Amino acid sequence: MSMNPLGSLEAFKMDVLKEVGNIGAGNAATALSRLLDKPVDMNVPTVSLIPFEQIADKVGGNEQVVIAVFLRVEGDAPGNLFFIIHEDSAKRLLRNLLSMDVLEEGYSEMEYSALGEIGNILAGSYLSSLADFTQLYLSPTVPAIAVDMAGAILSYGLVQYGEMGDSAVLIDTTFLEGKEEMAGHFFLIPDPESFNKIFSALGVPNE
Amino acid sequence: MIVDNVVKVGMADLKVAAGGAILKTTGLGSCVGLTLFDERCKVAGMVHVMLPTSEIAREASFNIAKYADTSIPHLIELMRQEGAEPARFVAKMAGGAQMFAFTTGSDTMRIGPRNVESCKRMLQRFNIPLLSEDTGLNYGRTVEFNSMSGMLTIRSVQQGVKEI
Repeated sequence: MSMNPLGSLEAFKMDVLKEVGNIGAGNAATALSRLLDKPVDMNVPTVSLIPFEQIADKVGGNEQVVIAVFLRVEGDAPGNLFFIIHEDSAKRLLRNLLSMDVLEEGYSEMEYSALGEIGNILAGSYLSSLADFTQLYLSPTVPAIAVDMAGAILSYGLVQYGEMGDSAVLIDTTFLEGKEEMAGHFFLIPDPESFNKIFSALGVPNE
Repeated sequence: MIVDNVVKVGMADLKVAAGGAILKTTGLGSCVGLTLFDERCKVAGMVHVMLPTSEIAREASFNIAKYADTSIPHLIELMRQEGAEPARFVAKMAGGAQMFAFTTGSDTMRIGPRNVESCKRMLQRFNIPLLSEDTGLNYGRTVEFNSMSGMLTIRSVQQGVKEI
C-alpha cells in the first residue's frame, strides 16, 4: 500500500502545489522566452500521486529517448528537479537559440554543453522563484545532463519514495513555444518529508 | 519473435516464464534486472530490483519485489513452485547504472552500485553462480531474457545491442 504524503485537505493542497509549479515554471518560461526572443507559453501544471511505473508515460514511455537536466535540491525542502525535452525539440531549441547547424544524429560537444546550460538556466530560475515564493532556503546541486531512456532517467528521482511506497507526487508543467508544442517538461518531485515544510511556509494549516 | 510471448516485468516487479517465453523489462537506470534460469526444465525468472535492502523500508507492508533482499528469495520460491530446481539455477544481471555523476557522493546517488552489490550478496547466500553481468556505468538499459536459450539481450541508446 502506498502512503500519501499529502495527508488530508488533499484537493486544497494539490492546488497549492499547482501554484508552486506555476510560479516556478512561469519564471523559467520567461527566462526561456528571453533566450529565444520569442513568446513561450506553458500549460497549467498538473499535480498527481502517480505510480512509479507510469511516470515515464508522461514523456512517451520508459524507452523514449529524452534529454534531461537533473538537479537535486538541497536545503529546507529537498527534492528532485528534472527538465526534460524530446530530441526534436532540443534540436529546434539549438537552431533557434544558437543558429547552429545541428547534427542530424547525436550531439556535438558544443550542442551538449549548450543544452546543459539552457537546462541550468531554466532549472535555476524555476528554483529561485520557488525559494522567493516560499521563503525557504533551497540550494541546487550542479546540474547533470543525460541523453537516455526516460524510464532510466526518471527512476533516479524516485528513490526517496521507493522507501515508503510505489508512487510519487509529481508536479508537471509543459512548455509550449508559440503554437508549437515544445514538449518540454518540468518535473518537480519533492521528497516526502518536504511537503509539510512547503505547506507551512505557505501558511497551509497542518493536520 | 512472437509478440504475445513477451512477459512484461514492471518496475519493482517480478515474473516467472517458461517454454520459450521472453521476460522483458524496460528503462533500467539505477535499478537492476536480474534473471534466474534452470536450463534443464527451461524455467526462467526476472526481477526488476529498485532498492538494495528492505531494512530501509519505511512502509508497514511493502512490495517485496522492490528490494534485492526480499525479491530474490521470493523469485527462487516461485520458480521452485513451477518445477525448477534451485540447485541448478544460474544468474545473469544488467543495470545498476549511475545515471548522473555528482561530486557529492551521498548514498542515494550511489543507489545503482549498491543495488548490484546487494544482488550479488543474495546470489552468494543462495549459492547461485553469476554467469555474466552488464552493470554499472552511466546509461539506461532494456533487457530481454529468453527462457529457452537462457540468453540475456541488452539494449541501450549509446551502446546498441549486446548479448550475454
